Amino acid sequence: MTAATRGDLATGQLAEPGGGPVSGLLPLRSPLLEVSDLKVGFGPRRTRRAVVRGVSFAVRAGECLAIVGESGSGKSVTARTLVGLTGGGSHVEAERLDFNGTSLLGLSDRQWRKLRGAGTGFILQDALVSLDRLRLVGQEIAEPLRLHRWGTRPARQRKVIELLKQVGVPEPEVRARQRPSELSGGLRQRALIASAIALGPSLIVADEPTTALDVTVQAQILGLLEQMKKQGMALILISHDLAVVARLADHVAVMADGVFVEQGPARQVLARPQADYTQALLDAVPSAHAKGTSLSPARKAERPARLGHARLGPAPAGPPVLRAVGLVKRYRGPDGKTRTVVDDVSFELPAGQTLGVVGESGSGKTTTARMVMALTAPDEGQVLLDGEPWTAVPEKQRRQRRRLITAIYQDPLSSFDPRWSVEHIIADSLDGGQYPGRDARRQRVGELLALVGLSDEHRERRPLQLSGGQRQRVAVARALGPGPSVIVCDEPVSSLDASIQAQVLDLLSDLQAELAVSYLFISHDLGVVHHMSDRVVVMKDGRIVESGTADEIFNYPSEPYTRQLIDSLPSLDVA
Amino acid sequence: MKWIVWLKRLAGAVGVLWAAATLTFIVQQLMPGSPALTILSGGATKPTHAQILAVDQAYGFNKPVIVQYLTFIGHLAQGNLGTSYLQHLPVTTIIAQQMWPTIELTVVALVASWVIALVFTIATAKRRRIVSAIGSGIEIIAAGLPQYWLGIILLVVFAIELKWFPVEGGSGVAPIVLPALTLAIPLAGFIGQVTRDEFAKVLDQPFIISARARGMGDTQVRLRHALRHAVLPGITLSGWALGSLFSSAVVVEAVFAREGLGQVLTNAVAGQDMPVVVGVTLLVAVVYVLANLLVDAAYVLVDPEIRLA
Amino acid sequence: MTAIIDRTHRQPSWQPAVSRWRLRPGVILSSAVIAFLVVAAIDPALLTTQSPYAVNLGAALRAPGLGHIFGTDQSGRDIYTRIVYGTRQSLLIGVGATAVAMGGAIFLGLLAGLSGRFVDGMVNRFLEVLFAFPGLLLALLFVAAFGQGVSTEIIAVGIGSAPGYARMVRGQVLAVKGSPYVEAARALGHPSRRIVRQHIFPNAMRPLVAMVAMGVGQSIVWASALSFLGLGVAPPAPEWGAMLDAGRDLVTQAWWLEIFPGLAIVACALSVTTIGRYLRQRFEGETG
Repeated sequence: MTAATRGDLATGQLAEPGGGPVSGLLPLRSPLLEVSDLKVGFGPRRTRRAVVRGVSFAVRAGECLAIVGESGSGKSVTARTLVGLTGGGSHVEAERLDFNGTSLLGLSDRQWRKLRGAGTGFILQDALVSLDRLRLVGQEIAEPLRLHRWGTRPARQRKVIELLKQVGVPEPEVRARQRPSELSGGLRQRALIASAIALGPSLIVADEPTTALDVTVQAQILGLLEQMKKQGMALILISHDLAVVARLADHVAVMADGVFVEQGPARQVLARPQADYTQALLDAVPSAHAKGTSLSPARKAERPARLGHARLGPAPAGPPVLRAVGLVKRYRGPDGKTRTVVDDVSFELPAGQTLGVVGESGSGKTTTARMVMALTAPDEGQVLLDGEPWTAVPEKQRRQRRRLITAIYQDPLSSFDPRWSVEHIIADSLDGGQYPGRDARRQRVGELLALVGLSDEHRERRPLQLSGGQRQRVAVARALGPGPSVIVCDEPVSSLDASIQAQVLDLLSDLQAELAVSYLFISHDLGVVHHMSDRVVVMKDGRIVESGTADEIFNYPSEPYTRQLIDSLPSLDVA
Repeated sequence: MKWIVWLKRLAGAVGVLWAAATLTFIVQQLMPGSPALTILSGGATKPTHAQILAVDQAYGFNKPVIVQYLTFIGHLAQGNLGTSYLQHLPVTTIIAQQMWPTIELTVVALVASWVIALVFTIATAKRRRIVSAIGSGIEIIAAGLPQYWLGIILLVVFAIELKWFPVEGGSGVAPIVLPALTLAIPLAGFIGQVTRDEFAKVLDQPFIISARARGMGDTQVRLRHALRHAVLPGITLSGWALGSLFSSAVVVEAVFAREGLGQVLTNAVAGQDMPVVVGVTLLVAVVYVLANLLVDAAYVLVDPEIRLA
Repeated sequence: MTAIIDRTHRQPSWQPAVSRWRLRPGVILSSAVIAFLVVAAIDPALLTTQSPYAVNLGAALRAPGLGHIFGTDQSGRDIYTRIVYGTRQSLLIGVGATAVAMGGAIFLGLLAGLSGRFVDGMVNRFLEVLFAFPGLLLALLFVAAFGQGVSTEIIAVGIGSAPGYARMVRGQVLAVKGSPYVEAARALGHPSRRIVRQHIFPNAMRPLVAMVAMGVGQSIVWASALSFLGLGVAPPAPEWGAMLDAGRDLVTQAWWLEIFPGLAIVACALSVTTIGRYLRQRFEGETG
C-alpha cells in the first residue's frame, strides 16, 4: 500500500489509494472529479468575502473523500460548488474544476440542470426539511426522473418502488404514498438518498447526511452509503464528525478558514496527523477519553492529564443530593391516545458527581429533566432534593429552594430574554438577599464572568452578539448565580463545534472540581456522556434500560440495547 | 374522527353568530333616543304622544328587555330580520333585492386580488435586490391606498377621460371591472406582501436546494415547490379579507353609484334605521363566519398536516 | 481560568448583509411629511395665510396656479388651506382612535393571555364575535347607534380596529408566556408577578410600537371614509374625506378637487405606515 503525499494530491495525480480490498484490486484510474485551486467568494468585487481560498482535491469512482471542518470552514460551500448551487452573489474560480472530463467552470444554466441529478447527486442533512413536506415521498423521488425525461409515468412509478427497495425501505409501495413527516428519521433519510441516486449518478455529494439522526440509525445510513460506494459510486462526504468519517473515507481533507489544513489517506490523517489543528480536532472528540482528562489544547497546556480519576473509587458517604423515585409521566396525544413518556424512572445523584442520562430521541430524557426541575409535575412518583420532597410540595414552598437546582439548555439563546445584556441576565439570577445593592451584584457578576472564562468586555453585550460558546458560558454563569447544589445540563454542547464543545466540557469539569457541584448530564451523544459522567443511566422509550458506572456501561454493557448503542458509535479506529 | 372537528367548528360558528346578534341587540338598546320617533319621522307633523305610544305598543318597545331579546332571537332563527323603520318594508326583502350586486363585486374582487398578487409575487420575489425592492414598494403603496380615492382616480382616468368603461350602469362585464379593481388592488397589496415574505423565506429552505440539485429550473421551483408553501399565510388572510371586502364594498359602491347593500347601509346608518343596519351587519357576519370555515377547509387541502385547533 | 478562544458570531456564508439603504429615502421622506402634518395640526396659520372658510364665489373652481397652489373649490375656498386646516381633525381622530383601540387591545389581550384557560376562552370568543364585524362595519354600527360627531367617530373607529390588535397582543403574550426564557425565569424561582413585569409585558408590547404607527394611518383612512359617506363631521368643516365627498360630482370639471385631498390622505397614511414598518424592522430585527 503506497502512501499518498500531500504534494501528489495537489497536482491531482493520485497514487494507488489505500484502504479497502476492492480498490486495492483495481488498476490506476483517472479521477472522476478533479479540482485545482478552487476559490469561492461572495459579494461584489470590492467587498468580496473569500469563503473558499484555494483548495485542491480529486476523487475516483468507488472512493470516498471526506471534507471535515467546523462551522465557517467553507466545507459546505465547497460541496455546493460541485453542483453549481453556491447561491446568488457568489463568484467561483479555479485553475481546474473537471467532472468526467468536462470543465464545470462557466457552464450555462441549462448545462448545469442537465448535470444535476444525472451526473451528480446531492444529499443534505435532515430529510425533514430537505424534502418538500407538502408532497408525497414518491413524488420527490420521481422528480429527478421526470426532470430528465426518464421513461413514462408508470415506468417511473415502478422505478421509485425499486429505488426504495434498494435503499432498504420496507413496504415501499406504502411509503411512496406517504408524506415525509409520516416516516421515521431513518426512513426519511433513506428516501432522500433514493431521490439523489435515482438516475444512477457517478458522484454523490453528501453534506452532513447523518447529523440529525440517532446513533443507531446513523450507523445504518453509513452502512447504506458504504454499500453505494462499493457499487462504484464516488462519494464526497462533508462532516464535522471525524468518527463518522473514519468509517467511510478513503481520503480525508481537514478544512479550516477556507483552506485544507491537511489532506491525505484516511488512515494517515486520522492516526498520525501532521497539522496541529487536526490533532486538536481529534483530541476534542470526547469518546476517546475517560473522565478527568482535558479536551481542549489550552487546558491541556495548563493542566497535564490527570491519571485515573478520583471518583472511580467508592461512592462518598452522605445522602444523594438528588433522588428520583418511580417517576411516571403520560401525555394525551391529539388523537386521544395516551402515551407513557416516562415510565418508572428512578436514580440517585450523589453530591459532587455527575450522573449521565443517555438515550436517543423519544427516550423521555428531556421530560425527566423537566420533572427534576419541577417544571412539569410527575403523574406518579416524586423527586427529592437534598433529602427533602421537591415535586410533592406546592410551588410556593418550592420557590425559595429553587436556588439549589439550576439548568443549562441546548439552545442558550432562546433561554435568554432577547432584550437583556449579559450583565442583566447573570445579575437576575442572584439572590437579592445575599447581594443587596447594585455594587454587590456588579461585583458578583464580575466574579462569575471570570469563573466561566469571560471578561468585563462581555458585560454589556447582548446574547445575539456572542458566539455559541460564549453564550453557553453565560448560561453557565447564570446557572451558578444562585449557588446551586445541582445543575441540570440538557444537551448543553450538542449544537457546538467540536473545539468549542471541548472547551465548554472542560469548563464544566473544572467547575465541578472547584465547587463540588453535581451535574445531571443529559445527552444523546454517548462520547460526551462517557467523558463527563461518573454514573450513567441508559433510557429507551421512557424506561431505564441499564444503569451503572461510566466504566461499566461503556466497557462492559450487559443489556442488548446498550450494546447496540455502543456498537453503533462510529469510532476513530481506522484500521 | 375528522367529522367531529368540523361539527365542533360549525357549532362554534353558530355560537359566534348568536353572540353577534346579541351584541347588535345590546347596541340597539343602548341607543339614545326613541326608535318610535324614527319610525314616525316620515310623517308630516311632529308625532303626538299618543302616536308614539301606539308605535311602542305595535313594535313591542315597551315590553321588558328580556322579552324583546327573546323575540328578537326568535325572529332571527326564523329568518325574520324585522321591519325597516324608515321604509316600512321587511328587512329581508330590502336586503334580498340589493344583495347580489354586492356579492358579485366581492367575489370578483377577491379572485382578482389573488391573481394580481400571485403573478406579481412569483415574478418578483427574491430576485435581484432592486427588483424585489420595487415590487415590495409597490405592494406597500397599493395596500395603503384608500379605496374611495383609488376608485375616484380610476373612474376619472379610465371611464371619464379614456372612456374605456361606462361611468355608470352599463351591461355585461364592463361595469364591474373598475369597482372590482378598486377593491382588488389594495387587497392585492396586502396579500402580496404576506405572500412575498413567505416566498422569500421558503426559497431559502433546504428542500428547495434539493429540488434544484435534481436539475429543476428556477421557474419550476417557484411554481411546483415554493408556491404551495407561500400561499398559506395568504389563505389565512383571505378569511379576514372577505369580510373586509364586503364592508369596503359599501364605500366603493358609493363612488361608482352602484346598486347594492352599500347604499342601503349608508342610508340606514344616517337615518338610524336600526333594523336595516342590524340586518346588513348580521349578513356580513354570516358571510364572514362562512368565509372562515371555507378558509380553514382550503388550508387543510393545501397543508394536510395542519391541526385545527 | 480557561482562555477565550472561540470566534465571535459570524454570518452564514451566503446571506448578504441586511440592506438598509432602501429604507432610508422612504423613511426620511416619511418623517418630513409627518413633521409637516404635525405643524399643520398644531398651528395651521404657520403654513397658510388664507382662511379655510373664506367664501369667494368670484374665484370658484380655479385650477391650481399662483395664489392657489391646489386650486379652489366650488365656493372659492382655497383647497390647500382647507387641507392644512383639516389636518388637525384627521390627526386627532387618527391618534385618538388608535389610542382607544390600543387601550382596549392591551387590556383584552393581557387579560386573555395571562389568565387561565377559562377566561382566555371567554375573551377569545368575544374577540371572535367582534371579528365577525369587519372594522368599518363595526364603526358604522356605532355611528348608527350613537349619531355623528367627532368623539363618536373616534370611539367608533377605535372599536373597529381594536379586535385585530387585541388578537395580536394575546398572541404575543401567549408566545412569550410559553417561551424558553420565561421558563428559565420560573426555574430560577421568580414569582409570576416579577416575570410578567420583567419579561412578558415588555416583550409582548414590542411589536405594538410598530403597530401603533400603522394603526394611526389606517384610522385616518377609515375616518375619512366615514366622512366621505357623509357620516362624519358636518360641513363646512374642512375635513379631507368630506372634501372628497363634496367634490365628487364636479370631478370632470375640476380634477383638483379630488386629487389633492386624496393625496393628503394617502401621503399621511403612507408616511405613518412607512415609519411603522421601519420601527418594526428595527425592533423585531433585534430579536433575531
